[in-house]
Amino acid sequence: MGNADILAHICAHFPGDLRVDDAVTDEDCLLVAPEDLVALCLLLRDDPALKFDFMSDICGVDFWPETPRFQLVYQLYSIPFKRRLRLKCRLENATAPSITQVWTTANWHEREAWDMYGIDFTGHPDLRRIYMWEEFDGFPMRRDFPLRGYKDEMNPFGDEPKPKGGAA
Amino acid sequence: MTEVTVVQETHDNSGFNREVLMNLGPQHPSTHGVLRLLLQMDGEIIERVDPHIGLLHRGTEKLAEHFTYTQIFPLTDRLDYLCPPSNNLGFALAVEKLLGIEAPVRAQYIRVIMAELSRISGHLLITGALPMDVGAMTSLLYTMREREMVMDLLEMISGVRMHTSFCRVGGVREDLPPGCTERIIEFCDIFTNRIADYEKLLLHNRIFLARVENIGNISARHAVALGLSGPNLRASGVDWDIRRDAPYEIYDRLEFEVITRKDGDCFDRWKCRVDEMRQSLRMIRQCVEQMPEGPVIVDDPKIAFPVDKDKLAHSMETHIHHFELAAFGFKVPAGEVYQAIEAPKGELGYYIISDGSEKPFRFKVRAPSFVNLQALCEHTTNMKYLADVIAMLGSLDPVMAEVDK
Repeated sequence: MGNADILAHICAHFPGDLRVDDAVTDEDCLLVAPEDLVALCLLLRDDPALKFDFMSDICGVDFWPETPRFQLVYQLYSIPFKRRLRLKCRLENATAPSITQVWTTANWHEREAWDMYGIDFTGHPDLRRIYMWEEFDGFPMRRDFPLRGYKDEMNPFGDEPKPKGGAA
Repeated sequence: MTEVTVVQETHDNSGFNREVLMNLGPQHPSTHGVLRLLLQMDGEIIERVDPHIGLLHRGTEKLAEHFTYTQIFPLTDRLDYLCPPSNNLGFALAVEKLLGIEAPVRAQYIRVIMAELSRISGHLLITGALPMDVGAMTSLLYTMREREMVMDLLEMISGVRMHTSFCRVGGVREDLPPGCTERIIEFCDIFTNRIADYEKLLLHNRIFLARVENIGNISARHAVALGLSGPNLRASGVDWDIRRDAPYEIYDRLEFEVITRKDGDCFDRWKCRVDEMRQSLRMIRQCVEQMPEGPVIVDDPKIAFPVDKDKLAHSMETHIHHFELAAFGFKVPAGEVYQAIEAPKGELGYYIISDGSEKPFRFKVRAPSFVNLQALCEHTTNMKYLADVIAMLGSLDPVMAEVDK
């Protein structure tokens, strides 16, 4: 199957709402709604004509001050067919379904997205911070989080803390 | 092992200690950096492993959003600090893809030579360190000796032993120095025999074999689900190498074998790397043979400094471009790109979103060690005793700087 056929095949076999992202030029890219994500991932992994068995990466993106603010980008690879696919999922309220049941490897990637962006993954078995310490307040990769962090006793060179609510 | 501390002991009704929660690291020689493992143990049997990472977290991705593209190269050096040329290469390729340019052929050969040298340097550490972790001390001294030779070559090429930052967007910083290719070939000749020496030293070492054979087996199915890549995945029998399956630079002109093993145990992961070093040597030799003469960086004043520095004194336009480039960097068209390369540890991917400015809007590193380390806490391996955790950790070959980004 050629690349155009792949996208047509996926769209034909998936009942949910899918759109092809034409703005992306380097790879095939699909836009998917968060509620369809798990079902789509299962189809991509298990369909014998697709076999996207390898999940490379989950990347959180913050488009602040735009709304909806967050996006998740999934990089998939099919080892048998040597083909890549990208999924993009714009999140309305910083909550996404967990795909740990589809690919075990998603566990740490989702913990990282939670730690850095505060994206909540429903159904994740063990959603804890992974890089920052548990008591850390705020999500450092968000675009409104200052590069040097907020000022406190540990960080004298940080920005002045926000008056109310803090970074989180 | 004074660093191992008992955190908590739980007593059942009989007053007999059943489960112990134990800290391994973060300051422990066999954690290869600052990794803290929280082990839930029943006697010496491992019930659960919970790696606590992030002790080396430097916020590479956040920093990169505030840096120009050229300034990011030193940041990539510090990911997998055993093989910086390979990290530089991946990032340069990603930005070049966004810009729609390609490095000159000679630059591509130089990059590949350096990437393969760094692969040898990275694999040499694990070749020696895994046996050392499990009790065969001598091997590390030998592998470090040869690693020093690789470092000398990298120093000869770039002036620096470790954080080379030799790649530039559109090529490499400068041409190879005179006499360098001869030195590289000389190294290849010497090193071929040295690999045989390591094998002679370790392949029949009963202590080493007892600690790594049939320990920590990961089946091919589980390895793929866990997202393992590189030698860790190939040791489980999955035949996938990005250099062959999605060739970048000049890898499609090189002949090499993709090494796979069957069992996916600690020994196979180790042996896979040893055999890969031979293939790397083969590739380096072919590169030196095939490498054409020519420029080493693109001739585009908006992206690269002029090769002919005299131009700066005579041409106003060159001068302006030089100033703009040095002061502000270059703009990259809006778009996004994911570029994966076969780094020594596995699939190293850079996902860059550009908003058309001099700095990336989002810079994401798919760090292979980060994903590989996850295999430690899954119940997909036959890792049973505390001693097996050490062997397993050593054979997964994580570099904590890359895990923590």
